[in-house]
Amino acid sequence: MKITFSKWVLFLVFGVFFYTACNKKDKEPQPNSNVMAEIKLEFDNVAGNQNLQLNSTTYTNAVGEQFTVSLFNYYVSNFVFKTAQGNEYVVPQDSCYFLVQESNRNSQVVKMRVPEGDYTEVSFVIGVDSLRNTMDVSRRTGSLDVANLTGENKMYWSWNSGYIFVKLEGNSPAAPADPTGARRFRYHIGGFGGYSSRTINNIKTTTISFGNQHAKVRKGKSPLVHLEVDVLKVFNGSTNLSIASHPTVMFSPFSVNIANNYQKMFSFHHLHNE
Amino acid sequence: MKKISFLIVGFLIFVLVFWLNSCTKKSEVQPEITFVKPANFPEPVYKLERNPITKAGFELGRMLFYEPLLSRDGSISCGSCHIQGSAFTHHGHDVSHGIDDRLGNRNAPAIQNMAFYPHFMWDGGIFDLDLQPIAPIESHVEMDEQLENVLEKLRKTRKYPPLFQKAFGTPEITTSKFLKALSQFMLMMISSNSRYDKYVRKEKGGELTQEELEGLAIFRQKCGTCHSGELFTDFSFRNIGLSDFVNKDEGRALITLNPEDKYKFRVPSLRNVALTQPYMHDGRFRTLQEVLNHYSDNMQDFPNLDSTFRRGGKLGIPLNENEKTKIIAFLRTLSDETFIRDKRFSEPTP
Repeated sequence: MKITFSKWVLFLVFGVFFYTACNKKDKEPQPNSNVMAEIKLEFDNVAGNQNLQLNSTTYTNAVGEQFTVSLFNYYVSNFVFKTAQGNEYVVPQDSCYFLVQESNRNSQVVKMRVPEGDYTEVSFVIGVDSLRNTMDVSRRTGSLDVANLTGENKMYWSWNSGYIFVKLEGNSPAAPADPTGARRFRYHIGGFGGYSSRTINNIKTTTISFGNQHAKVRKGKSPLVHLEVDVLKVFNGSTNLSIASHPTVMFSPFSVNIANNYQKMFSFHHLHNE
Repeated sequence: MKKISFLIVGFLIFVLVFWLNSCTKKSEVQPEITFVKPANFPEPVYKLERNPITKAGFELGRMLFYEPLLSRDGSISCGSCHIQGSAFTHHGHDVSHGIDDRLGNRNAPAIQNMAFYPHFMWDGGIFDLDLQPIAPIESHVEMDEQLENVLEKLRKTRKYPPLFQKAFGTPEITTSKFLKALSQFMLMMISSNSRYDKYVRKEKGGELTQEELEGLAIFRQKCGTCHSGELFTDFSFRNIGLSDFVNKDEGRALITLNPEDKYKFRVPSLRNVALTQPYMHDGRFRTLQEVLNHYSDNMQDFPNLDSTFRRGGKLGIPLNENEKTKIIAFLRTLSDETFIRDKRFSEPTP
């Protein structure tokens, strides 16, 4: 009996060894985590099962109100990628703040450098972390430059220092008419928790799994992960937002409900390995 | 005889010219730009090491402070509502008229001793001096411009790129450099040479009259809880029972969203207070007498009225007319003539 058991163990060890060896032969070379390469994330804004169209297509929210969208901007930041083996890579802060704008095609694909690997999951912050919100102005460059963007695209509150995380504007017959007769709704959601006094914190994190697919990052091969961002989820969620009741939501306690809704607006669609 | 008197006259003219000359020379000497904390002041809050003040940076900041290009139509500069003679407030205006004569909803606060402030604006919504100028620039009722447009306009001038080069080593005009230059100018605007300061530091000219000294004692006792320290503020936010019939400005609550903070505003510094009428966040009181009358007799009750005002039988601070007169006499000793006449802070001549 004793001998048989040892033989079995021996057989098993050899078996595993052969299996791994064979597998290796079949597959491409293992990723070298000391080599950095590029991964791309596409933020594809949609409304339910349709592509989002600014100012033209009419959509309907869960409470039955019709609306069009004129502006949809949001910050995504602080990306962490996870490999199939469970290793996490935190993208360095200075290169991980992106402003996605529906009106700007180029802003919808963001690129980051990560170690070579097979990635199965990404998590990121919707908005800007509190540290960056209070950082010296010389460290706020690129999409965080407080002079960045003008007019309605502006994503910074100057009177109450802080970034606007998500901005959604549009028209709806459900919204009250302003003096010009326009029926606008405006959602400017931000709030990093306050500097000296505690206040609302709408910094949200989301984690997106790529299902059973692997984004294979290799030098010279940069996979593209296609995410869908559903604008209807801003309205529909744990609180079904009514434009009639809340045509304008900015820095206010109610904004927390909208932030809870939009936390769930991101989903994985598919990915391409080049 | 004639010759002698000619010589004497000639000599006198020579002396006069020489004397005049030496005088002009003296005033032409550029004052040094170094940040010096006044002996009786607390430590600065602003992190000076992240924005070292230089002569060129300060001068650029000064130029920008008085630059009307900062407004949408080039009509107003920071200096339009922050006038030196009134300790950089908008003298005589309850609220300021900005662009197109649109009215704001708050009284322009004094720009002085900014280095020692932990937050800015009546509601403390801005926590970094570097970020402060964006608010008036982009406010619809103030300068109504976009920061990016301001930078773009400055880039197109012939004057500014070389000034940025001098101040920061490169001619590019960036958000950070623009804001840091303005900060350098404002950090240097220190008011610390009032008669009161000289009295405290036991310097020449620091004599206070009996009335002023009594006023100081009453002030410390009755106003010193909030207007404490050498900046005469504890930088807290308090509801001082100002009637909300005048306006519904909720103050600090707009920043914290905490109902407890409704109608609370920052305790203002009282330096140069005699020069900065009208008073309160909305400029509702024209004189110091009216302010003191509010504290003694006219307070409106609120659930979150500051507890300081509930100590006596009556809301407010018990003050008789004699005490008010003495307090006002003391407050006038906080006026700093050197500050409001300091050429370094005045509008540069083109």
